[in-house]
Amino acid sequence: MRVDHTDPVPVVNDKPEEDVLLNKWAEQDYEFGFISNIEQDIVPKGLSEEVIRWISAHKEEPSWLLDWRLKAYRHWLTMPSPQWAHLEIPAIDFQNISYYAAPKANAKLNSLDELDPEIKSTYDKLGIPLEEQLILAGVAVDAVLDSVSVVTTYKEKLAEKGIIFCSFSEAVREHPELVRKHLGKVVPYTDNYYAALNSAVFSDGSFVYIPKGVRCPMELSTYFRINAAGTGQFERTLIVADDEAYVSYLEGCTAPKRDENQLHAAVVELVALNRSEIRYATVQNWYPGDANGIGGIYNFVTKRGICQGVSSKISWTQVETGSAITWKYPSVVLLGDRSTGEFYSVALAARAQQADTGTKMIHICKDTTRRIVSKGISAGRGQNAYRGLVKVRESATNARNYSQCDSLLMGDRCGAHTYPYFEINCPDAQVEHEATTSKIEEDLLYYCQQRGLPTEEAIALIVNGYAKEVLDKLPMEFAVEARKLLAISLEGSVG
Amino acid sequence: MLEIIDLHASVDDKPILKGLNLQIRPGEVHAIMGPNGSGKSTLSHVLAGRPGYDVRGSVRFNGQDLLDLAPEERAWAGLFLAFQYPVEIPGVSNTNFMRSALNQVRNQRGLSALEAGDFLKIMREKAALVQLDPSFLSRPVNLGFSGGEKKRNEIFQMAMLDPRLAILDETDSGLDIDALRIVAEGVQKLRREDNSFLVITHYQRLLDHLKPDIVHVLMDGKIIRTGDHTLALELEEKGYDWLKAKFV
Repeated sequence: MRVDHTDPVPVVNDKPEEDVLLNKWAEQDYEFGFISNIEQDIVPKGLSEEVIRWISAHKEEPSWLLDWRLKAYRHWLTMPSPQWAHLEIPAIDFQNISYYAAPKANAKLNSLDELDPEIKSTYDKLGIPLEEQLILAGVAVDAVLDSVSVVTTYKEKLAEKGIIFCSFSEAVREHPELVRKHLGKVVPYTDNYYAALNSAVFSDGSFVYIPKGVRCPMELSTYFRINAAGTGQFERTLIVADDEAYVSYLEGCTAPKRDENQLHAAVVELVALNRSEIRYATVQNWYPGDANGIGGIYNFVTKRGICQGVSSKISWTQVETGSAITWKYPSVVLLGDRSTGEFYSVALAARAQQADTGTKMIHICKDTTRRIVSKGISAGRGQNAYRGLVKVRESATNARNYSQCDSLLMGDRCGAHTYPYFEINCPDAQVEHEATTSKIEEDLLYYCQQRGLPTEEAIALIVNGYAKEVLDKLPMEFAVEARKLLAISLEGSVG
Repeated sequence: MLEIIDLHASVDDKPILKGLNLQIRPGEVHAIMGPNGSGKSTLSHVLAGRPGYDVRGSVRFNGQDLLDLAPEERAWAGLFLAFQYPVEIPGVSNTNFMRSALNQVRNQRGLSALEAGDFLKIMREKAALVQLDPSFLSRPVNLGFSGGEKKRNEIFQMAMLDPRLAILDETDSGLDIDALRIVAEGVQKLRREDNSFLVITHYQRLLDHLKPDIVHVLMDGKIIRTGDHTLALELEEKGYDWLKAKFV
C-alpha cells in the first residue's frame, strides 16, 4: 500500500486586503433569478406525521410507502444535525418550511401543448429544450418544478426499448415492484440526517430503469427548479441499470433569487448490475445568495451508487457552481468483483458561498478500481472543502484507488481545504492521493493580457483550462453549458 | 512609432530605470544590450504594462500615451512582448489560446473574427515559419515545452498577432545554435516597412542574424551609448567595463 499524503491539509488564505477586480467577478449577478407567476398548490408550513400523511395521501401512495416515510420521520426525530463539515450552517427551522408545492390544476397532460404557458416560459428562460429539437439533440428531459415532475418527454420512444423514464410518483403507481425492491437499499433512511428527512417528505423526482442488455440511445436528463417561496425541495432519483445495460443521465438545477434561504435535500440512488454502466452528471446552479451571503439554496444532498454486479461501473461527474451551502459526497460502493467507480468534480465557491464536497468509496470485493479527480475553485469570500473517504475492506484484495485533488484560489479572502481519510484493511491495496493548491498568478493573467485578452476573458480561459479534465467527462452539449456557467459565475461580462 | 522620454521606474522604492530616452521609427530594428541588472527586462515589462512598477515619464506609441493603457489595450494597439520566461497554461490548447487572442485583437482593430478554416490555415503557416511542429498547436500552452520550444512558441504567437512593435526579451537565452537560427530567420521574415523590433539580448549571436539598425547600451537604468551594429561587436570584444569606466 502506498499513501502519499494522509493528513488533512487546510490551506487558508484570509488576508484582509481586497482584490477589487477578482471580487467584482465573484460577486456578479445571478442570471436565473427570475420568479415565475404560477399558481401553486402548497401544503401549509410545518413538519409532522400529519403533513407526511397528507403528502402521501395527496399522491395516492400505497401504504407500504407511507409506512416507510413514517419510519424515516421517526428516525429523523432522534438524529442530531451533522456538524462535522467545514461549513457554517445557520440553524434551520424545519417548522418554517413548506414540504410540498406543486403547480395547480395539474391534470394529466397528454402533450407538451397542454403545459401551463408560464411553466413552459420558465423552462424556456432556462434554455431547456422541451420541444421537438430534443429528438435531434438526443435528449430526453424530465422537468421537476418545486415538488412535482411537470412533464417527461420522449417516454414513448424510450418505452419501445423497454426503458422506463418517468417521475418518481408515476413509478410508484406504475412500477411499484421495482421501486419497492430498490428504494432505500443504497441510501437507507437511517443513513444521515438529511437522507432521513428526504425519505420522510420526498415529493417527487425521477425514476429510470434500463432493462437487460439495453444501451439507452439518448442522454436522459432532469431539470430541477425551485420556484415557490418558503418551500423546500426534496426529490429522489432512483436509477437501475440491469445486466449489460448502459445509461448516461444528467441533472441541472436552478432557483429564483430570494432573500430567504431555501432547503434542497435530495437523495439519489444508483444500482448497477452485472457489466452495466451508469454515468451520472450534475450541473448545479442553484441561486448562490448575494455577495453578503443573504439568501441562496442550502444544497444538502446524498448521492450514492452501488456497483452490485461484476465488472459494473458507476461514474459521477459534477459541476457545482451554485447554492449558498453545498454538502454532498457522491459515492460508490464497489461490491461486485472488478467493478469501477469514478468521481469527477468541479466545485466553485465565489461570493460568500461554502462548499464541502467530495466522495466516499468503499471497496468490498476484489480487483476494484476507483478514480477521483476533484477541482475546487474559490473566489470572493468562498470556502471550498474537499472531503474524501477511501475504505478498503479486508475482502477487497487488489483494490486500486487514485485521487487527485486540486484547489485554485482567486483573490486573498477565499479558502481551500482538503480532508482525505483512508481506512485500509487489506495489505495489497494501492492507494494514491495527490493534492495541489495554486493561485491564479498575476503573471499568468499578465501573459494572457499581453496577448490581448481582457482580464475577465483571461480568467474564464484559465479556469476552463484548469477544469478541463472534468468538463471533458460531460456529454458534449452540457460541457458547453458548464463552461459558460463557470465563466458567468466568475466573470460578470457574459450574459 | 515609439518615443520614450525620461522614463523612470521603481519597484518597492528601489529605482531601476532612471531617466531613459529612446526613439524607434517604423521599419527599424533596435537592440538593447547591457550587463545583468541594468534594467533591460524592466524596460520591456514597463512597456508591456506589467503591474507592480511605479512609473514616471512619457511613452508615446503611435500617437497614444502608452502608460495610460491597460496591458491588453497595449496589445490591441500593436505592442507584443516575447517573454523571457513564458508561462504555462494547463488545459488551454495553443490553438484555443491563439484563437481567443487573435479574434480579440482583430475585433479591437475593427476586423471580423476569422472563420475556423481561415484561422487554421494562418496558424499552420505561422507555425511553419518558426518550424514549430503542428502537434504543439493542440498541446496546452507551453506545458511541458522545452526552453527552446517555449521561445519558438513566443515567436509563433508574435507572427499570429502581427504587432507593430515587438519586444524580444532575451529570446536567445537558452537556445542552441540551430534554434537561434530558426528564431532569427522567423523574425527576419516578419520584418516590414511598417513594423519595428526591440531586441533585448546579452549576446552578439542573435544580432549576427538580425542585423539591427541601432544598438543601445543600457547601464544603471539609462541608455549610455548608442551606435550602429559595430557597437555590438565592440561590446562582444571588450565587455562593458570600459564603458562603465567612461560613464562614471
